[in-house]
Amino acid sequence: MDIFAQQLVNGLVLGSIYALVALGYTMVYGILELINFAHGEVTMVGAMVALSVIGLLMGVAPELPGVVVVLAGILVAIPACMALAYTIEKIAYRPLRHAPRLAPLITAIGVSIILQNLAMLIWGRQYVSFPAILPSDKYALLGAQISLLQIVIVVLALLLMAGLWLLVERTRLGRAMRATAQSREVAELMGVNVDRVISATFVLGAAIAAIAGVMVSAYYGLAHYYMGFMLGLKAFSAAVLGGIGNLAGAMLGGLLLGVIEALGAGYIGDLTGGFLGSNYQDVFAFFVLIGVLVLRPSGLLGERVANRA
Amino acid sequence: MALLSVENVSKRFGGIQALEDITLAVEAGEIYGLIGPNGAGKTTLFNCMTGLYTVSSGAIRLDGAALQALKPHQIVKLGFARTFQNIRLFANMSALENVMVGRHARTHAKVLGAVFRGRKTRAEEADTQERAQTLLNRVGLASKGQVLACHLAYGDQRRLEIARALASEPRLLALDEPVAGMNPSERLQMGELMRELRADGLTLLLIEHDVKLVMGLCDRVAVLDYGRKIAEGQSEAVRNDPAVIAAYLGSEA
Amino acid sequence: MPEALRQRPRLAFAGLAVLLAVLPFLVGLGLGNAWVRVLDFVLLYMLLAIGLNIVVGYAGLLDLGYIAFYALGAYLYAWLASPHFGLHLPFWVVLPLGAMLAGLFGVLLGAPTLRLRGDYLAIVTLGFGEIIRIFMNNLNAPFNLTNGPQGMNRIDPVSVAGLSLGKPLHVAGLTLPPTTLYYYLFLAFVLLAIFVAMRLQDSRIGRAWAALREDEIAAAAMGIDTRNVKLLAFAMGASFGGLAGGLFAAFQGFISPESFTLWESILVLCMIVLGGMGNIPGVLLGAALLTLIPEALRYLGDLQRATLGHVVVDPSDLRMLLFGVALVMMMLFRPAGLLPSRLRRREFAAQDGVAEQEQASLYDAHA
Ligand SMILES: Nc1ncnc2c1ncn2[C@@H]1O[C@H](COP(=O)(O)OP(=O)(O)OP(=O)(O)O)[C@@H](O)[C@H]1O
Ligand SMILES: [Mg+2]
Repeated sequence: MDIFAQQLVNGLVLGSIYALVALGYTMVYGILELINFAHGEVTMVGAMVALSVIGLLMGVAPELPGVVVVLAGILVAIPACMALAYTIEKIAYRPLRHAPRLAPLITAIGVSIILQNLAMLIWGRQYVSFPAILPSDKYALLGAQISLLQIVIVVLALLLMAGLWLLVERTRLGRAMRATAQSREVAELMGVNVDRVISATFVLGAAIAAIAGVMVSAYYGLAHYYMGFMLGLKAFSAAVLGGIGNLAGAMLGGLLLGVIEALGAGYIGDLTGGFLGSNYQDVFAFFVLIGVLVLRPSGLLGERVANRA
Repeated sequence: MALLSVENVSKRFGGIQALEDITLAVEAGEIYGLIGPNGAGKTTLFNCMTGLYTVSSGAIRLDGAALQALKPHQIVKLGFARTFQNIRLFANMSALENVMVGRHARTHAKVLGAVFRGRKTRAEEADTQERAQTLLNRVGLASKGQVLACHLAYGDQRRLEIARALASEPRLLALDEPVAGMNPSERLQMGELMRELRADGLTLLLIEHDVKLVMGLCDRVAVLDYGRKIAEGQSEAVRNDPAVIAAYLGSEA
Repeated sequence: MPEALRQRPRLAFAGLAVLLAVLPFLVGLGLGNAWVRVLDFVLLYMLLAIGLNIVVGYAGLLDLGYIAFYALGAYLYAWLASPHFGLHLPFWVVLPLGAMLAGLFGVLLGAPTLRLRGDYLAIVTLGFGEIIRIFMNNLNAPFNLTNGPQGMNRIDPVSVAGLSLGKPLHVAGLTLPPTTLYYYLFLAFVLLAIFVAMRLQDSRIGRAWAALREDEIAAAAMGIDTRNVKLLAFAMGASFGGLAGGLFAAFQGFISPESFTLWESILVLCMIVLGGMGNIPGVLLGAALLTLIPEALRYLGDLQRATLGHVVVDPSDLRMLLFGVALVMMMLFRPAGLLPSRLRRREFAAQDGVAEQEQASLYDAHA
């Protein structure tokens, strides 16, 4: 088996999940210039809610096919996360829209701590495992192995990205979102209900995050109250890599980060003469993040903004 | 040689050409007015001069020294201070402290000095405070030193900005709409202050929409419109320039 | 009573000094030696909070990986004064080195990010904190630098003039346990830190930090080299962290990556937000409250056992939740903290009926 091809496949799968979560960061940042720290936790809640529903369904209707059960989990997780994000924005961020920049950032951290610890109280400290109810077919692809689940994750992620793209480019809401991102004042003058647009942005990002949360937990076979933290950090790094505020950038950044991470983890032993092992996988995202900020702070697809004014 | 010379300066923001090939020269000791309709590029020109924006092309010189590659704090050090059209005071600092911050470029205390507070540091600190108070007195805020900047009345905030800029001991002071939002008597006072400052040897660059004030105060005036300089000269001549009347005075009527 | 003391500052000062001097005895007698240890941690957190306050409170830069500097100081202490490498340098060499190392890392980390928007700094420092922890966790192979998750132990205690603070001291019929000895050492450092921080705040540098926090562009336009001033704040804060880390290592005699998680960074941040960003008394109060409350919360477990027969909610599970709620609540309802800063107080005294509402909108317009 070809390690390179295999790691590339793994990286693309993981990267498409990062991309989905990154979309939420980038949309909110584009409009509010706020790093919504709680977004990673919303993703985690999506996974947890779905797993609860899945567990419940497997108990009451064991004859249902696994795919249906998981779909039901997703369908409950989506509105749950949307409602959660809506509430967070309304209670914790909206009152601080004109406060000094530090204030909403600190509440965002607070919210993320709250969500994490509530999740811990509700779902416990243990890993919650994702039941093996999905088909586990595997296919050979260019010297690598790819599972049905991986294919579904990538395809679904691409569909979601395309859908979001259409929504932002083609619909009234999308136009309003773009106008608000350009200038909140001007959008307001043009009759855009800015509060609604901001809410919609959070809710939309949360819906995608819910799906991403289920994807990660299905992929790794488990979920944990703490999982949102790393995932969120990496997704944010992906958003910065692509150019924060830029949808295409978030997608590109996510995929790229996934690949960098997978290849890096696969080869770090060889690269460092065995000094560092694959347990350093998690540091790649940060090195990428710092590297981008040093070399090209606007990200790959971001417009070069004059950062002095 | 002119104190400040702007040579073929252009500035683009994406698709917007905010400044196009601007050339002008401010002589030492004069009050030079910059007028033009809203969005003409006046503030943008100030931002380019003071290092907040990098020019797209062209050169800006203060007494021969090129400014366009310098950072804002280096430009202040050369003796060029400014105020902001949209008032940018340090809101949660007292008026006195705001002015004391303005002394930053002319003072030297470092960490060790601050911690040990030796004789030199104490003297510098006392001097900073004294000069700051003198400047507050000068702009008419003598009794407001301990008030937070954000609690000052609007006109006081504008005056405080001037005091803060003066604290850096500039040769050239750029004022962006210093009387905006002031009542007529405050405007008169402000005009008086500007004359006094000029009498003290300061050169002033003034953006102002109040044409009467500008004409009464300025030795020379340049008119910007859509990022271009459409006229320059003695106030009287400019006032009667048909292009100016069309572009600026006309648009106001 | 406080009014009376304000009239006689010297008396109040003397009273405070006596109180601080006998505090470990009072606490030791009244609550037991375990609480003297808690007191030591209060002081350690005060040191950390004073350092982070320079970065966040004075200069307005959000550092979410502050604990990494604490970790650097602690590990450096362990490397230079423990059997791990067989080095046993004295504390007055190791502590300053730790502070310098942490400050150096602060500069290395700050240099690339400080020219960007503030929130990038938050993320990068957060990542840095995690990187340091991951390295500490894994650098036991191929070359054993950190002893991995097990951590390093048998770290030398601080010893002053041949007198080890790690052993009880017998003087004049009294026995001072190590916790009490360290109390005095930490107290000395905290007082020093307070002195340095207050002097800095009330200086040209401190004003530049404040200006930076209030309006970076205006600060630059007033002649402040914003990059250098930020780096300075960052490095200063980091070196306080490094210093505290060294003290922590010597005090515990044992360190492991577990002591340096992100939540410790958040905890210190909570302390300054709760107490009052930028204001030293507030910061000290925050550090004391947030160290003592979790200790007191332990009794909640006993209470549940006594009343309900078993523990329904583990109080340590509630701790972080409460911190999260406190952060949000403080920002929403009392952003200046429990003890608002000197300036605000002075302002309330000097204020003579200026229309505030009108002015507030002025700043909103271009925020
Ligand atoms: N940072 C920026 N990014 C993009 N466009 C800008 C920026 N700053 C200014 N502009 C544009 O440049 C043009 C000139 O603006 P400027 O503020 O210089 O005008 P002005 O002459 O000062 O107007 P006013 O009298 O209203 O203050 C405007 O079209 C403005 O929108
Ligand atoms: Mg303007």
